[in-house]
Amino acid sequence: MGFENIIGGFHVAITPFNLLMAVVGITLGTIIGVLPGLGGANGVAILLPLTFRMPPTSAIILLTSLYWGALFGGAITSVLFNIPGEPWSVATTFDGYPLAKQGKGAQALTAAFTSSFVGALFATLLITFFAPLLADVALHFGPPEFFAIQALTFSSFVGLGGGDPVKSFVSIVLGLILAAVGLDIVTGQLRMTFGMTPLMSGFDFIVAVIGLFGIGEILLSVEEGLKFEGARTKMNLRVVLDTWKIISRYWRTFLRSCVIGFWMGFKPGGATPASFMSYAFAKRASGHPERFGKGELEGVVAPETAAHAAGVAAMLPMITLGIPGSPTAAVMFGGLIIWGLQPGPMLFKEQPDFVWGLIASMYTGNIIGVLMVLAFVPFFAAILRLPFAILTPFIVVICAIGAYAVHNNMIDIWYMIIFGVIGYVFKKLDYPLAPLVLALVLGDFAENALRQSLIMSQGSLLIFFERPIAAVISLVAIFFLTLPAISLWRRKRQVAAAAARARGSIAAIPGPPAGPPTSREA
Amino acid sequence: MRIADIITASLLTALGLLVLGEAIRLGFRWGPDGPQSGFFPFWLSLILIGHSVAIIIRAIRRRSEKPFIEREQLRSVLTVAVPAAAMVLITQFFGLYLASALYLAFYVRWVGRHSWFTALALAVCVPVVTFVVFERWFLVPLPKGPVEAWLGY
Repeated sequence: MGFENIIGGFHVAITPFNLLMAVVGITLGTIIGVLPGLGGANGVAILLPLTFRMPPTSAIILLTSLYWGALFGGAITSVLFNIPGEPWSVATTFDGYPLAKQGKGAQALTAAFTSSFVGALFATLLITFFAPLLADVALHFGPPEFFAIQALTFSSFVGLGGGDPVKSFVSIVLGLILAAVGLDIVTGQLRMTFGMTPLMSGFDFIVAVIGLFGIGEILLSVEEGLKFEGARTKMNLRVVLDTWKIISRYWRTFLRSCVIGFWMGFKPGGATPASFMSYAFAKRASGHPERFGKGELEGVVAPETAAHAAGVAAMLPMITLGIPGSPTAAVMFGGLIIWGLQPGPMLFKEQPDFVWGLIASMYTGNIIGVLMVLAFVPFFAAILRLPFAILTPFIVVICAIGAYAVHNNMIDIWYMIIFGVIGYVFKKLDYPLAPLVLALVLGDFAENALRQSLIMSQGSLLIFFERPIAAVISLVAIFFLTLPAISLWRRKRQVAAAAARARGSIAAIPGPPAGPPTSREA
Repeated sequence: MRIADIITASLLTALGLLVLGEAIRLGFRWGPDGPQSGFFPFWLSLILIGHSVAIIIRAIRRRSEKPFIEREQLRSVLTVAVPAAAMVLITQFFGLYLASALYLAFYVRWVGRHSWFTALALAVCVPVVTFVVFERWFLVPLPKGPVEAWLGY
């Protein structure tokens, strides 16, 4: 079944130019993942203009490799510097940093990279088999199904995102409103421009990503007066082989974390809860849970495996349904449109070379990635030891170039600064940024799907519940929306019950934190 | 923290009202060929107003002593934000290359207190490398001003 497709994909992915793109992508991505203020999402956004003249397949290989590199880079900062590069790297710091302080940084990094690789490989295998099937199903979707999926995307941020549900809702709505600014393509009317010409072309989400995640993150880091005092590490083949011998005993943890990661990951915003869940499960299943948090290799393996399985799984809805599952996937989604491709199920029919080249490059990219980071860890870690006063202006200049190059428009650099301030304030007040970006990307699609559905049903919202597939998805979406209220009610009851029993202690699963101080969402 | 929360939510409420007004002007009902232009923004603005007001009410009820930002932190944030905004302003009139050179030199020398050599080396190298990579290799034009025009670009 479709075996020749993936072979064809490998023919595309292992051409010398595409392999070179993977190497360049991994190198830049790891640097970006290590640097403060640059994560997967804005790294991809800044490089996007450079790919406009490339063949789309090479371009997507460059950008996805950049993303894998950024994920690996996040592990380096978590383990050696106790700075989680991404929200889903927070759980990696629990045991990674203690290990590094005990002088076992090399073991922790080897475990982290290997786990990332295993998680990514597992998710890529599942994508290879499931993506064509899902795309086939999605070919029969109409506007109501697509709107239901978009509603599900947003409601899962409210229900599963782990942050403040009310503020998540505000972020989503704000993103949708910003997306509606400019020309309404259905009626041709100008909306919310208030007579100002620059607003006519609307807000580009790539500029928003660069501002929110790039500039906003830099402002946050300087406010905390971050000093990068990291543990030093030496990597050699001996340590790598020894660590592989040790962690091969944790195959059960690997398997469990892979499944958790993939299952949580193909839903939007799933990577962070996946890494925490996986950590909690590993701790519970372990013979010696008391060692967790003090430097247990298994505590690095579990969250890293799950986070990477989830990160790769986020690509599944993007290529099959045209719904990006994370801000990074959202930027790639924007790239597809710029390269002249239509994201969604038709890709498998119309651009098989592109899709299968991309899937095959997930294998090659991750293999190249794990080998490169294992070999060059000290080099990448050295970047963080550059003085902050040199890194900061450099990153600001790069962000400005990226923002300008999207449309060659000066106003975009101003927008970038404004979005930077918004990102800084929102992050401090616990408004999540990822749903805002996704809403900004999907806004037009969601609105069109809603309007077309309502035209089909002549204004009745029941259309989302009368068609079987749409009904199931809509009900799940509504369930996610009400989830915060349900869990609040349950917690109140539990507290009451615990108080009544006076001595009952309920094992708490560590939930995703409301906002780790230096996290970047990618 | 509480005051900042209330101010932000109030601004969001104001934005919601602005969008609501615009949606009503555009028409949010059923047009001759389906929902009108203001239909989607109309409902979005109502949700935004509702949730922002909820955040304000919640913030008023809650006690919080933690300030949004300490004076010392504000100073460090402004030392990054103000030069960055100044760089954008210079870019507007003199192009990105000159602006980034001045910005890098200023920041590395005065904020970072590194040597003149480091500052000047960065101020020359970063724009030159940027020029080669973007204008030459990838053919992406960046904002230019009178200096580049004088040099013949």
